[in-house]
Formats: sequence, C-alpha cells, structure tokens
Amino acid sequence: MNGVPTACAASAADVERVVLRERGQREVFCGLTGIVWLHRKIQDAFFLVVGSRTCAHLIQSAAGVMIFAEPRFATAIIDERDLAGLADANAELDRVVHELLQRRPDIKLLFLVGSCPSEVIKLDLARAAARLSMRLSPRVRVLSYSGSGIETTFTQGEDACLAALVPELPQEGPNSERSLIIVGSLADVVEDQLQRMLRSLGIHPVRYLPPRRAGDLPPVGPRALFLLAQPFLAETARALEERGATRLAAPFPLGVEGTTAWLRAAAAAFGVDAARFEAVTAPARERARKALVPYRNELHGRGIFFFPDSQLEVPLARFVSSELGMKLVEVGTPYLHRAHLAEEMALLPREVLISEGQDVERQIDRCLAASPDLVVCGLGLANPLEAQGFTTKWSIELIFTPIQGYEQAADLAELFARPLLRRTLLVA
Amino acid sequence: MRIATAMKGLHYVLHAPQGDTYADLLFTMIERNDKRPPVTYTTFQARDLGGDTAELFKNAVRNAYERFQPDAMIVGASCTAELIQDDPGGLARALNLPIPVVALELPAYQRKENWGASETFYQLVRALAGARTPPVGFERHACQPTQRPSCNLLGPTALGFRHRDDVQEIKNLLDRLGVQVKVIAPLGASPSDLARLGEADFNVVLYPEIAMQAARWLERTFKQPFVTTVPIGVGATTDFISEVVRVAGIETAAVASNSSRLSWYSRSVDSTYLTGKRVFVFGDATHAVAAARIAQTELGFKVVGLGTYSREFAREVREAAKLYGVEALITDDYLEVESSVAALQPELVLGTQMERHIAKRLGIPCAVISAPVHVQDFPARYSPQMGFEGANVIFDTFVHPLMMGLEEHLLGLFRDDHEFHDEAAPSHLSATGAAKQVSVPESSQPPMIVLPSSLAAWEAEAERELSKIPFFVRGKARRNTERFAKERGLATITIETLYDAKAHFSR
Repeated sequence: MNGVPTACAASAADVERVVLRERGQREVFCGLTGIVWLHRKIQDAFFLVVGSRTCAHLIQSAAGVMIFAEPRFATAIIDERDLAGLADANAELDRVVHELLQRRPDIKLLFLVGSCPSEVIKLDLARAAARLSMRLSPRVRVLSYSGSGIETTFTQGEDACLAALVPELPQEGPNSERSLIIVGSLADVVEDQLQRMLRSLGIHPVRYLPPRRAGDLPPVGPRALFLLAQPFLAETARALEERGATRLAAPFPLGVEGTTAWLRAAAAAFGVDAARFEAVTAPARERARKALVPYRNELHGRGIFFFPDSQLEVPLARFVSSELGMKLVEVGTPYLHRAHLAEEMALLPREVLISEGQDVERQIDRCLAASPDLVVCGLGLANPLEAQGFTTKWSIELIFTPIQGYEQAADLAELFARPLLRRTLLVA
Repeated sequence: MRIATAMKGLHYVLHAPQGDTYADLLFTMIERNDKRPPVTYTTFQARDLGGDTAELFKNAVRNAYERFQPDAMIVGASCTAELIQDDPGGLARALNLPIPVVALELPAYQRKENWGASETFYQLVRALAGARTPPVGFERHACQPTQRPSCNLLGPTALGFRHRDDVQEIKNLLDRLGVQVKVIAPLGASPSDLARLGEADFNVVLYPEIAMQAARWLERTFKQPFVTTVPIGVGATTDFISEVVRVAGIETAAVASNSSRLSWYSRSVDSTYLTGKRVFVFGDATHAVAAARIAQTELGFKVVGLGTYSREFAREVREAAKLYGVEALITDDYLEVESSVAALQPELVLGTQMERHIAKRLGIPCAVISAPVHVQDFPARYSPQMGFEGANVIFDTFVHPLMMGLEEHLLGLFRDDHEFHDEAAPSHLSATGAAKQVSVPESSQPPMIVLPSSLAAWEAEAERELSKIPFFVRGKARRNTERFAKERGLATITIETLYDAKAHFSR
C-alpha cells in the first residue's frame, strides 16, 4: 500500500503531462473476466480455467448468471490433492479435458487459462497445452494463457488470449498481397459496419483477430498491416510485430473523430485518395454528428471522473471531452500504454489529471472532494457512491455494449447521458 | 466476508491478489448495499511476489486501522495468498494494534463458503465474548417467572437468503411470546455486541450452517441452551414456538397461535391440483429440509428428490430424505444435479439460482428457496421465509410457477387449441415467459438425457399419441414407456405399448 504519487513524462512528444502513479489497493477485475465475451466471440472455442473455487465463483457470478446456454467455459478446480504433487495435477487436467471434449465435440480450440493459484504453484500450462495439443490434433488445438490477477487486469486477459493465438497464425504466402488485420474483439455488428466501410474505401483483404471461428485465423507476415480496435492489446501487438506485421498508429474508433482518424490511418496506408475517403465517410460522419447533438447539449460542461477499469478510459475521455464537451476531472486507468495511446493523449486537454494504477481509498477521497457530475466506475463502487449522492455509470457496460464506429457514437454518448437523465426523472 | 459485511465496527484485511476485489460487487450489486464491504485487499501482483508481500500486508493492516478506526479486525488469506504462506495472523499481531485482531485460518482448498462463514463467526464470538468467560463451575440460574426471558438470534449474515426479513419476523414472534431479543448477530452487530452475548438466557440458532458452531461454544462456556428448530413452514414454526416455550420456561397461555394463511389456502379446493405434484428440492441443508417438509406435509406435493451442497450437514439431509423414501443427493457439482433432475422429471424444482438455470433449460417450473442468491432474491417488499408470514410467502412462491388447477385440465382436453398448446406458458405468467425460454440456444447442448441405444424405437403412430399427452407429464410418460418396453425386451413401441405402460405404472 505504498501510494506514492510520482510525476513522470507521459511521452517524449508530451513532456509536460503529469501522470499520477498509484500502487495501493486496486478495485479491478482480473483477466479471467475476459472469458465472458471471448467465449461468445470465438464460437467454437472453449475456455478452461485452472484455478480455485474463488475463480470458479468469479466466473460463475460474473458470467454464469447472465448466460442461460451451457456456457463454453468451465473451471478445473485445484484442490489440496493437486497441491500435494504436480504430477497429479497434470493427470487430473488431462482427464478433465478428455471428458470435456467428449461432451463437447463441437469444440475446435481449447484454451487452458492460468489463474493466481496455478501461477503461484507454477503449474506449467504451456507444457500441458503442448502435450494435449499433440494428442488431440488436428481435431482440437489446445493453447494456454494466464488470466491471473497477479499478472493481468481485466481486459489484459483478452490481450493474453490473443497473444497466445499469434504464434498459431498461418504465415502469409510469398506473393501475398498487402492485408489489413483488425485486432481486438468487436461486436459482430460493429465488425460488419467497419468491414463495409473499409470495402467501400477499396481496402482488402481485411481480416480479424480474434476470428469468429477458430479455423479463420488471419495469415500474418511482413505484408500484413494491423490496426488495433482496442487499447489494451500491448502483448498481442508486440507478438504481431515480431512476426513482421506493422502497426498503424491511430486513435481508437470511439466517437466520430476517433472513427474517422482510425479509418484514415488504414486509408493512408493503402493509398486511398482524399476525395474517395471524403466521399465514403462523409455521409456516416454527418449522420453520427447529428445524432450526437442532443447528448452534447445534455452533457456539455459536466464534470466526469473515471475510475480505472478497462484501459478504454483514455479514448473514452478524449471522446467525452472533445465531442460532448464534458469536463475531465480525473482519468484513471489501470495501465497507460504510452505508445499505443500517443495519438489519444495528444487530443486530451493539457490540464487533465491522468492516474495510472490505483489506491482506491485515496482515489475515492479525490472523487468526493472534486464532486463530479458523473462517476464512471466498477460495480463494487457504484451503489455506495450513488448512496452518497453521486451519479454513476458502470464501466463494465462500456465493455459489453457495441460502442465503436460511427453508428454507435450516439449510443456511446447515451450511455453517459442516461444516468443523469434518470436522476431528473426520479422525484420520490 | 459475509460475516464482516453484516457487522458494524469490524474491518477485514484480506491478503489477496488483484481481482479478488470482485467479491465487493456481490454485496453492492446483488444485495444493493449502499456501503462498500469493510474489507481491504492487499491486491498483490506478480512483481510483488519477488519482493516483500509480508510488508505489503502489514502496511495494509496499518493503513486500514488508521483510516477506518474499527473496534476490532479480522485478518486472513485468500486461496492464492494461502499458497505464499505469509502468516497474516502473526504479521498483524506484530503490529500491536490497540484493538482485538482475530486471525482466520480458512483452508480454501478443502472447505467452502458456509464453513468459512461459520468458522469466522465462531472465531469472532470466541475472541470477543470469550473475554467475559465465567469461572469454572458456573451455573446459569433458571429464568425467574417475574423476569422477561431473553435470547440472542444467531446466524443471519450479509448476502443471506431473506435473512433481513427473517430476523424481523422472528423478533416479532419472540416478542409476542414475551421473549426479549438481546443481540442479533452477526447481522447488524458490533464487536461490543458480540462481547455481551453471554448475558442472554438462551440462544436461537436461525441458520445452523452459520451459527451452530458458535452456539455450541456459547453453551459450553456460558451454559446457554439453544433452540435448534428452524421456523420455516407452519409445522416447523409451531415446533419452534414449543421449543422456545420449553427453553425459556414461559407460561403456555401467552403462546402465539398459527396465524398463517398457508394452512387454509392449502385446504381450499383450488389447491386440490397441487396433490402429488412431483417436486425436486435442492439447496443449503436448512432450507432444503424445510422446503421438503412444507412441500410434502403442508402442500401435499410429493418429494421425489432432496439434496444439498452443504456436506457438513449431509447427515441431517439424509435423515430427512428417508422420510420421503428418496436417496439424498449430496454434491456441489451442478451437472450431477442437472442429470438427476433430468432423470426424475419433476413437475416443480425448488432450488438455488443454479437449479433455476437447470429447470429453465429443462423447461420445468422452478422456485428459489436458498442461497446462492441473485439480485431477485432481495425483493423490495417484506418477504421472510421464517415464521407464519414466511409460510404465506412460501405458499405463493411454491404455487405461483405452476399451472393453475382448471387450466391444467383444459390443456388436457383441448390439445390443439392455438392458445393452449405445448409451448403455451401458464396463462397467468407473462406471454414471453417460461415456455419460450425452453428453446435451446445455439451454443447449448440438448438436455443431457443420453438414451442408450438399447432402447426400443417409437412407432410414428405411438410418437403422435405421446405428443397428445400434456407436455408437463410427457417426459415422465416417455420415460416410463421406454422403461416398460426395455424390461419386456420390446424392440418397438406401439400405441398399445404406450397404454400398457400407462396401466402398468398407474397401479
């Protein structure tokens, strides 16, 4: 609990920005939570958490209550017998996997997901995955990654999962054309919209990581360019770069400006001329801008405070400040990836307090003192803050709602406006 | 955590990795608590493991003490922290804080939640009430007839299934009996309340899963007898009153009589259709045993399955199961529960939120009777499970999901009516209700009733006849007919087989 705030330069281009770094209690999810959306995204993948009852409980309470189908995730529970000797744990794991695949013959890709206890007892899931993959290929591919809280915060679980997929991507052919890979889970509807937009710009082929089916992994190599659709993919980007792919630097596709800049980065790389870019994007931009007007009127000048959650905070802050005119009180983020966020940071007002990491008690003190109009925070904090008279927005909704792209810009604004509107509706 | 969050003036420092803080939202979201649980987590990360996690823990304890100024503290380790063996108890003692600090040893890899809550409560009671332990050879005086007898209510916690309202109901009931409630714990109690537990004449154990261990210790130490009947249902509430009367030595004149509507509603002719409805019951031991008793003896259902996830109370559940001639299901594997429900084809499932999902998948009506809880299990209205009002609530809860009496007949008479067909939900439930949700989502497997290939094949005509049987008994009819055919080595099932089987099993 050494909450030692230190000032540091955010990036070379932005030398004066002060970032408050905190190292106290972090009120955040661990990376296992990412399974909740990843298992819906890759429709023939299964996620087997190797962890404790606490992990099983998290996954069950975070996801089990929301999903009525038999979910494509489960927990292999480590118990005291497993702690006694590692050989047993491996045999046990093989048995669980065998039973699972017998029951679910539709599964093509199995992730063994590491947890805090499996990391601490140093259960080698990478080796277990290799062993199982050898036995089960080609029917099922088995990979591993860690979603443990000691290594990953919330959305970093997706980063770890996608990074584990990168070595599995096929090598692009020697004469292959230039391709674009969109990296990061997006709602299918958003993916389809962006796909149409990119096609109209004449950019192809466009592929996705993660793909909807485990068999559709995008080829990668020096001719592959990639655009991050999510700001939390540090490891995945590094792994793609190691395989020769090039990252296109851009802000993230949130709001009209973010989406335009993001598309423009792709257009520039593929040599799309300015007139065509204008012709393709102008109608969507105009429509989205119009849809934002009522929300801008509602939210303009209101103070907003972000607690750290998903690493989406910086792009979201840029959107609410630039396109909705909101006043940024504090932008908390669990981790600030300075390179991937360079374009975003450049668009933030200079005086904004950015905090990285967390000391939740001190942050609550700052929040109470600043009394913002709207607090974006996790579910553990929302009701207690509401009870103290604050208006809150659950940050997790920003992960579970399609918010990227032009058509979703107004939906995103509405997410921030709704809690405030609700306050005005309730009189009793 | 359910103990710490239930109490006032207590703070819990938990040595735990980042991510374990998700537990907070169970309280702030499911129970809609307006305060954060009084818990500080060390949220250590991988980089801390190489360094001094013990120092991290000590700082957390020190900071929490300074910030929250609690009257007492508990310290412990989560499943992961247990593995790094930092000894939270020893570290906290070394800080010499001027308040009682109770160290918990909760082996997460062997034991489960209710055991942890029970152990936590017991350790707190021991540490706080233990300071006032009377001398050896102490004898408690019998209650004086002139004096109002007093008791403590033990067991209600945060996130408990209707604990909030049960406490109110039982407090009122005891009040009518002339019994004064001194301390309710852990819900709403402060460390100083726990310290004076020994002052009451006796204890009432509302939730044995949580409070039995503490009550036994209080009996040994303070010679306080305790009441063990859990007053859920009319019969059990009546038994509870008798036991309180006996333990408190009250004149029977003051005894409150059955004021529940359950008994009359259950006797009213409309309830005839409840007769013999096949019910599957699963939950914590206390609620499962109580629900089975109500179902069988107060509503006239037939209990076809009874089980619990509380292994510590398996014996009690097995004994109760004997009363209904069924084998108790003791498991914490929901797949095992699911296959049991699928095989038994009950007409109503009484269970936890897990069984609600199972019942939904299998298209069987369900009512929730026990924790683990869901946000819906904290209704805005007063809705206890205990006492006579609790029995009223339970009548509604158990009966509401079922098809109403006459409607069931009409469904049998006019099978092809476009409104009364297989997929029609009970008409008093919403149109988009139960039946629609039966449809199996794309990613889901068909219900796991694996039919061995040795089963007889259905002739098309017999299959059509089967489809005329109302859907809520069709599963049972299919199962019985197949069993009948198998026992007789029949290769095909004809209409005749179907009716032969019907006649056979109706005897």
